[in-house]
Amino acid sequence: MTASAIPAPMVEVRGVHKSYGPLEVLRGIDLTVRTGEVTVVLGPSGSGKSTLLRCVNHLEKIDRGHVTIDGEYIGYRRVGDRLHELKERDILRQRTNIGFVFQNFNLFPHLTVLQNVIEAPLSAQRRPRAEVEALAAELLERVGLSGKAGAYPRQLSGGQQQRVAIARALALRPKVVLFDEPTSALDPELVGEVLEAMKTLARDGTTMIVVTHEIGFAREVADTVVFMDDGLIVEQGPPAQVLDAPRHERTRAFLGKVL
Amino acid sequence: MSLTQALDHEPTKESAADLRVVKARHPWRWIATAVVLVLLAMAVNALITNPAWDWPVVGEYLFHPSVLTAVLFTLQLTALGIVLGFLLGTVIALMRLSRVPLLTSVAWGYVWLFRSVPLILQLLFWYNLAALYKQISFGIPFGPAFFSVGSMDLIGPVTAAALGLALHQAAYAAEIVRGGLLSVDPGQLEAAAALGIPRARQIFRIQLPQAMRTIVPNAGNEIIGLVKGTSVVYIMALPELFYQVQVIYNRNGRVIAMLLVAAIWYLILTTVLSVIQYYVERHFGRGLARPLPPTPPQRVRRLVELRRAARRRRLAPDPGSAS
Repeated sequence: MTASAIPAPMVEVRGVHKSYGPLEVLRGIDLTVRTGEVTVVLGPSGSGKSTLLRCVNHLEKIDRGHVTIDGEYIGYRRVGDRLHELKERDILRQRTNIGFVFQNFNLFPHLTVLQNVIEAPLSAQRRPRAEVEALAAELLERVGLSGKAGAYPRQLSGGQQQRVAIARALALRPKVVLFDEPTSALDPELVGEVLEAMKTLARDGTTMIVVTHEIGFAREVADTVVFMDDGLIVEQGPPAQVLDAPRHERTRAFLGKVL
Repeated sequence: MSLTQALDHEPTKESAADLRVVKARHPWRWIATAVVLVLLAMAVNALITNPAWDWPVVGEYLFHPSVLTAVLFTLQLTALGIVLGFLLGTVIALMRLSRVPLLTSVAWGYVWLFRSVPLILQLLFWYNLAALYKQISFGIPFGPAFFSVGSMDLIGPVTAAALGLALHQAAYAAEIVRGGLLSVDPGQLEAAAALGIPRARQIFRIQLPQAMRTIVPNAGNEIIGLVKGTSVVYIMALPELFYQVQVIYNRNGRVIAMLLVAAIWYLILTTVLSVIQYYVERHFGRGLARPLPPTPPQRVRRLVELRRAARRRRLAPDPGSAS
């Protein structure tokens, strides 16, 4: 896309607060992710990055504020000035628009790679099997696993499993894909192949929010880098600005430790 | 010899093939084997030679029509108890794990009640239900009844026995199923929820199949327990296996032989069930062990093939190895 045309916002997070008991994990988050852009969220552990991601697809209920994706309120239906809580069935339907890739892959171990990928499009979206299987084959090829459709997850390496998880998330044709530390559970030599698969998605214009510690990935792929600390967004901007000329002391301290 | 000497030692010119390996000897293993063999022989001898076991009578009654009918009835009771028990048990387990406080409490109460009262007592209660409630009515709760049935007609002794066994079994099954569901990594349900998979599908496609790995061994225990547990039903004078052999030995006086007939049948039934359990466990183990270990028949076949191959090699020595 050209730099002149500003794409429409896809994900909007407004004033989101979240507490676990007395512990306030998110203390007022505002974030806009535009269509086709990659946002990388950095920050020390315990800063609320993962919680933010889990609030975006309503795996965690937020205490205050709201999240919209493509204009649709997540977890609620807006009537005038009121947000009515949705039933679980409607929340599940909304989640089919949001891909989620977990740190621990969470593939279904009793299903083959292909069954893992086609399960949700078939049962949640009720799309025709032939179409879904064709898409699955295409996605598995895209993540470099076309020969593994019949394998079980335990027969694959961690890197391969995470790439299956990415294909599984994409099979829903989501509007946005959320990555929760996708390479943190991997052996160092397997990190590259997963990041490579994610770069391909980014180049193809997938809207992505990535929580990670991979500064190199952020620098290369991100349109926006967000630095979080203590439940707040400390600063955000293009990678060149946040990573190379951070304005805040806390960002500098964090980058000094991880770089 | 010190370590440094050993390290300094020049590697020998001779190849490994020139050194002969002498296998370690294990005399005590042979002695233990011999002792156990003698004991086994004594046991078999005691079983065969003592005429009090009455083997000819055992042979006469093992496939006697009345015994076979009783075996069939035992199987029916077991099947009813297990199928109904596990269906109800699964419902109770799901109630217990639900987010509705009343359902959770009722499920807990059910398990508490039916695990606390001895099976034999429960069976007698069901058997005597007609004394407690003469009529059973179907209609609007606390409102008018559409029709009524006499308790005696609705719950005969067979129904009472099946009902008693199933209700009792359901309490144990509920705990087994609940344990299985809890054993599945919570990340699995989270992933299913994140993918938007419908709730029922999450349970029956994602959670339960993985829970089966924990459920099946325990369920196997319960099923085998119930096969023998059906013998309790004899107090209701129902012609299951144990009651039937008692009837026969009260007539012919061959107590030991008839008990042996029953014991042999229970052995056969549990053996069949154990084999079925082995294959069911394999089915639910797929994807979890890489690759699945061979089944006993596969193992035997492989052994036979290896033997044959070895014999062929001996008969026609490989020219490559002869050099």
